[in-house]
Amino acid sequence: MQDTSHDLIRCIAVTKTYRADNGPIPALSNTDVCLSPGETLAVVGPSGCGKSTLLLMMAGLEAPTTGRVEFKGEHLVRPHRAISLVLQDYGLFPWKTVRDNVELGLRIRRELVNRERVSDLLTELDIGDKGEVFPQQLSGGQKQRVALARALILDPSLLLLDEPFAALDTLTRERLQDLVAESWRARKFGMALVTHNIQEAVRLGQRILVMGGTPGEVLEVVDNPSACSPDYRGTQEFYELYRRVRGRLEQAL
Amino acid sequence: MSSSRSGYVWGVLTLLAVWQVGAWWAGESVLAGPATVLAKLASEARTQKFWHHVGSSSIRVFAALVVSFVSAVPLGLFLGSNARADRLARPLIYLTYPVPKIVLLPLVLLIFGLGDMGKIAMLSLILFFQLLITTRDAARAVPRSARYALFSLGGTKRHLFAHVIWPSTLPAVFTALRIATGTVVAVLFFVESIGTRYGMGFYILDAWGRADVPQIFVGIVVLALMGVILYETFDILERVFCKWSQL
Repeated sequence: MQDTSHDLIRCIAVTKTYRADNGPIPALSNTDVCLSPGETLAVVGPSGCGKSTLLLMMAGLEAPTTGRVEFKGEHLVRPHRAISLVLQDYGLFPWKTVRDNVELGLRIRRELVNRERVSDLLTELDIGDKGEVFPQQLSGGQKQRVALARALILDPSLLLLDEPFAALDTLTRERLQDLVAESWRARKFGMALVTHNIQEAVRLGQRILVMGGTPGEVLEVVDNPSACSPDYRGTQEFYELYRRVRGRLEQAL
Repeated sequence: MSSSRSGYVWGVLTLLAVWQVGAWWAGESVLAGPATVLAKLASEARTQKFWHHVGSSSIRVFAALVVSFVSAVPLGLFLGSNARADRLARPLIYLTYPVPKIVLLPLVLLIFGLGDMGKIAMLSLILFFQLLITTRDAARAVPRSARYALFSLGGTKRHLFAHVIWPSTLPAVFTALRIATGTVVAVLFFVESIGTRYGMGFYILDAWGRADVPQIFVGIVVLALMGVILYETFDILERVFCKWSQL
């Protein structure tokens, strides 16, 4: 029997069916996922395959219809202070400056707000001079850096990223993928990323969950131990894995 | 000179020019010219009674703004963020909102009396619905991602109100106040035509009864100035509290 006592997070036979006026909408069928501390997981699949639903369950923001989610061995029923989330549309608050956005989590948790640490993090993410501006004065890439800073300042054990770079141009997206990989190498948090971009999944996921179908299900799990390493993009291994994941997704269409 | 101030200067000059041309065309006995009205205003401003009229109207409008703000805005925020409560309250709101509030004037005066209370209640009623519906809709429009972001940071429902729902709805509240103010100043004229001897509504009706055309126009100018002061106050408050929405 597999030893699961050291898992950071486990989704055990989770399903999700949304209730709507015109009847139930099944979003996710029986799915098992686990992630060890310091491991990265990418969930890749087409729109509507339930991958964001799965991530929201891992964030404690959506309850599974059946099954359960455990974080560090405990039933996860609400957001946990050791789990941070970065959303596709950034989730920044336009009425707060960049610095206030980043410090908000600390203030809510009544933790010490070390302004120097915040400044260092903003500098590390290349937005050191943007602390006093409002989010709407930033580019998409800069907004996503702020969202990342807001998540990282809380020192999470698990970082969840929901299509974080989907709205960005290719070069900005690749730069931010490298930045996330660099942050992960420096901090070694667990990371789960949801994306429909195969290259992004291969770049960042040490394990890639290929999903498809409606309701969504796991089609294949691909091991990718070199993910997040510097200069991984462009290697033979990267392209082989890219082709393999792509082929699996095409098969499912 | 700021563009806002120069805009005012040009606006006033244009208005005065059109007004003067109208006075020449219609005759001073029908449409008192700006010079006549300004002279009348200057002489009226030296009397204590005139300021009693201005003060009475200002207090009624200010009290109505406060009463409607403290009742409608919290209720709008609550309904906008609580779907079940909104579903329960919606029929009542939609049944009562389209009724022109001015037709309720006799009923309101019957309940609250002919004094200041009745007048403030009437003005508050008009402001209440506009503030309630605008605030509720703005609170309802807060995107789900903002809620997810706040909860994932460890926030509670109390934090959601303080850090998300309240600041995001504030610009809409100011817009509602600006729109409702125009209606309130108009209705002020009606409510001050009954059961009082003080207020700009009574002041204009009294002048009308005596066919004192310049005084009628003094009353109109004062109502316009009250509107300008309120609009400018809301603009200043919005610039202070919603700096982000001005970018």
